Amino acid sequence: MNKNYFEIKRAGINTTFQDQGRSNLYHIGIPFSGAMDNRNFQISNKLVGNETNSPVIEFAYQGPLLKYFGDDIKCAIAGDVKFIIKKNDNDIEGNCYQSFTLENGDEIDIITTNKSVYGYLAISGEFNLEYQWSSCSINTKANIGSNNGKRIEDTQKIYISKINKDLNDKKLNYINTKIEKIRVIKGTNFNYFSEEGKNIFFDKEFVVSKLSDRMGMRLDGPKIENIVDTNIKSEGLIKGVIQVPADGNPIIMLSDHGTIGGYPKIGVVISADYDKLVQLTPGSKIKFQEVELSSAETLFKLYDLETQNLISQI
Amino acid sequence: MIKNISNLGDAALYCDFGTEVNKEVNNKVIRYFKSIQKENIDGINNLTPSYNKLIVSFDLRKRNFQTVKKLIENLNVINDDKLESNKIKIPVCCDEKFSLDIKRLEEKLKISRDKIYEKFFNKEFFCYMTGFIAGMPFLGDLETELRAKRLETPRVKVPKGSVGLTEQFANVYTFESPGGWNIIGNTPSVIFNSSKENNPNLINPGDAVTFEQITKDQYNNYNE
Repeated sequence: MNKNYFEIKRAGINTTFQDQGRSNLYHIGIPFSGAMDNRNFQISNKLVGNETNSPVIEFAYQGPLLKYFGDDIKCAIAGDVKFIIKKNDNDIEGNCYQSFTLENGDEIDIITTNKSVYGYLAISGEFNLEYQWSSCSINTKANIGSNNGKRIEDTQKIYISKINKDLNDKKLNYINTKIEKIRVIKGTNFNYFSEEGKNIFFDKEFVVSKLSDRMGMRLDGPKIENIVDTNIKSEGLIKGVIQVPADGNPIIMLSDHGTIGGYPKIGVVISADYDKLVQLTPGSKIKFQEVELSSAETLFKLYDLETQNLISQI
Repeated sequence: MIKNISNLGDAALYCDFGTEVNKEVNNKVIRYFKSIQKENIDGINNLTPSYNKLIVSFDLRKRNFQTVKKLIENLNVINDDKLESNKIKIPVCCDEKFSLDIKRLEEKLKISRDKIYEKFFNKEFFCYMTGFIAGMPFLGDLETELRAKRLETPRVKVPKGSVGLTEQFANVYTFESPGGWNIIGNTPSVIFNSSKENNPNLINPGDAVTFEQITKDQYNNYNE
């Protein structure tokens, strides 16, 4: 059963297995996790004929170099990714959103994501993975999920338990666009900030800091002044919440976030903008734009329709 | 019983039970939490009870703020007497290598370490909530003489098993994590076990927790 596998010749910076994540566990301290960019995650699966929530390999910046052993298998990469397929010393430039076949001994070298953070590698079949709470998503902070809850490492093997054969090649015409205005709904502690602080939040530019990962995104920029209290009694967080600690620099909670926090919440990123938010690389400039709840709901419907539409084109 | 319901972003309800932190208010939060959990409502995908707030997250494909708000307003809330509460004992070793902040605490609180231990051990604390990192319990209330602020500069790494104090609360670090609580000791007890999917947390909201001091030998030979 385990005759088909990848050997990891280089793991990359933060390479994990991800699926749709796990729900209903905030109360014990476990966040959703799951693929950061949900649209690209689903597209990668559809390109190889899988259910859209099947486990995939997520990578960030520099991805893995994988050598394949086994029967022919289809793969696809979604995102904005530079990669090379190596067949008998023949290097073929890879194309995202287009499935390709790997034969015994071939390699995929995922060199880097272009002006984005996350990319997804899907296979037409199933990785041999352990599940915890109905998800294989790796949460490295709590060591939960497949691969003992640890990121994929150099020299390890990734086994494939099932290959779906006789699959036609699939393709999608899609270009990822970069977001510059992040739309937010005012947070529950919006009034903790001075008038000037509120204006800064919505008018000024912020820069994504290097201290960003699957847990959170830190921003640098003009300081946002708090006039009430820089701490609140600890309470629940959700992904997209923007907290402002005493130093005045916002932190946006992302998919592996701590479930409880004690800093005031100035805003929450709308669900429709989340996939694009997580793809912002350190150094990217962003501005926040306020929207009402009803607009956010409509924008999400549009986002979801667009995603479904893209998937149905494959 | 909920003072106010507002939206937290577009996919969560923020249920506010007030500003006080005490057992009575927290008990209301937990009753709502357990009642919603029991209903197993399609589209509600997470609940986060805390001292005096309850956040209800939902799948925006299936629900929206208005429909979930109606569900919560019309909820059948279970009575106090139906809540279960376990009594849990947590062994703690205060050997020098574990009690990272005891000297700092002696200075902050202006009492001796013996007095600190006397006021901390063998007292029953209430679990208000769990989270931040998986399984971390937030326990209270400490006697007023034990209440100190967080470290000025949080540690980058607090060792797993560390028992910390801050303000009226105590907690246990279930994983190595950054943190700013005043560390007085370490427990060999497993507080979070991800292989027990049905009940990974040793301590759950509403439980009564007592810390007991153990020696270094007892710590090293500890067997669950």
